Amino acid sequence: MGGSFTVNHFLYLLQGVGWTVVLSALAFALGGVAGFGVMLLRTARSALLRRISFLYVQLIQGTPLLILLFVVYFGLGVVGIELPPLLAAGVSLMVYCSAFLGEIWRGCVESVPRTQWEASEGLALTRWQTLVDVILPQAARIATPPTVGFLVQVLKSTSLASVVGFVELTRAAQVVNNSLFTPFLVFGIAGVLYFALCYPLSRWSRSLERKLNVGRRQAA
Amino acid sequence: MKYTFDFASLQEYWPEFLRGALMTLEMTAIATVLGMVIGVLCAIGRRGKRPWLAALCGAYVEVVRNTPYLIQIFFIFFGLASAGLKLPIFAAAILTMVFNVGAYTAEIVRAGMDTIHPGQIEAAEALGLSVPQIYWDVILRPALERVYPSLTGQFVLMMLSSSVTSQISAEELTGVANSVQSESFRSFETFIVVAVLYFLMAMLLKFAFFLVGQAMFPRRRRLGTPL
Repeated sequence: MGGSFTVNHFLYLLQGVGWTVVLSALAFALGGVAGFGVMLLRTARSALLRRISFLYVQLIQGTPLLILLFVVYFGLGVVGIELPPLLAAGVSLMVYCSAFLGEIWRGCVESVPRTQWEASEGLALTRWQTLVDVILPQAARIATPPTVGFLVQVLKSTSLASVVGFVELTRAAQVVNNSLFTPFLVFGIAGVLYFALCYPLSRWSRSLERKLNVGRRQAA
Repeated sequence: MKYTFDFASLQEYWPEFLRGALMTLEMTAIATVLGMVIGVLCAIGRRGKRPWLAALCGAYVEVVRNTPYLIQIFFIFFGLASAGLKLPIFAAAILTMVFNVGAYTAEIVRAGMDTIHPGQIEAAEALGLSVPQIYWDVILRPALERVYPSLTGQFVLMMLSSSVTSQISAEELTGVANSVQSESFRSFETFIVVAVLYFLMAMLLKFAFFLVGQAMFPRRRRLGTPL
């Protein structure tokens, strides 16, 4: 205890913001790639692949991210792979993102009318060509608002990485609070910083959604 | 390196796990009921005629939805403690859960209320229904019926994120897991067991909400779809 909140403390928190952004970007990029794979499996022609990926999604969505984090962190440590906290957090967030993004994107792909698939087949396009050239461009439009919305979710989830000792914004705030013990102030500032990151994304997601629904908006 | 799993040594901790799981479910049940009340009141406040109340409810929803739950927990728990208000951990954990889920509920309920056609409300007014009658019979019940799946999905997510309250040493399932793994030195196995337990609890909760929905919304039961 003792001392008051100074510029140095604030700079330390800002450094935490930097790491929060890095971790979010890492999780989102890796999770996006894996999520694309999950989406492919969820919409595969083989029923077995569909069922396995369904189980994967249910399993990940049915366990807390915190537990996933512990499983990866302790699990890989015990098996003999020493991961630095950034990577452990990155890997578990990747798994978490892949399940949610895969499921979001599956919905978007399936919302493209079936006739588009049939027409492409009639034009003798391969399944991959159909997906890349016909389906995805249409699905991407629908997918953007929920994907941006999920990005907010990812940003907030990175706060859990503090639990395995990765110094992002939440951990930085804990460190500062431990020396000052002014929780309302320190966690208040951390909250404001998170809000500053997330709120613009939320607004953006909502405006994208409104633009997308222009044609279908109900008369209120 | 070859790692041999040893789940057998966790057998003696079974009652502990069960106690933790029950506590998680108990916290979830309380927070679901209270969060529902806060959410509905807040959604009504946002639609109401008082601009300051609507702004207040809107700000509450946006702040909660754009900050991490962990930060909310630390702010409330350590903040209140520093202000001299020492809550028991169980109460503090539930308080943060209600604070958090109330905002999400409000947003979902509001979306449901927005689907009610204004003509319905005007018709109800023309028939001379009182304001509470309009809110309950014409707006709220059909609205809740429509958003019931997203609402229950949110409560399942809340059950999962209640694991975060272990960070203020609440003795729910994750808290139990933390103490078990430090006693048994079987951290990997412990968290795998706990992951499975959470998964089963999520399934159980979904099934329970399905049954509640069948009982509450006869129309959904008969038609298989909401109105």
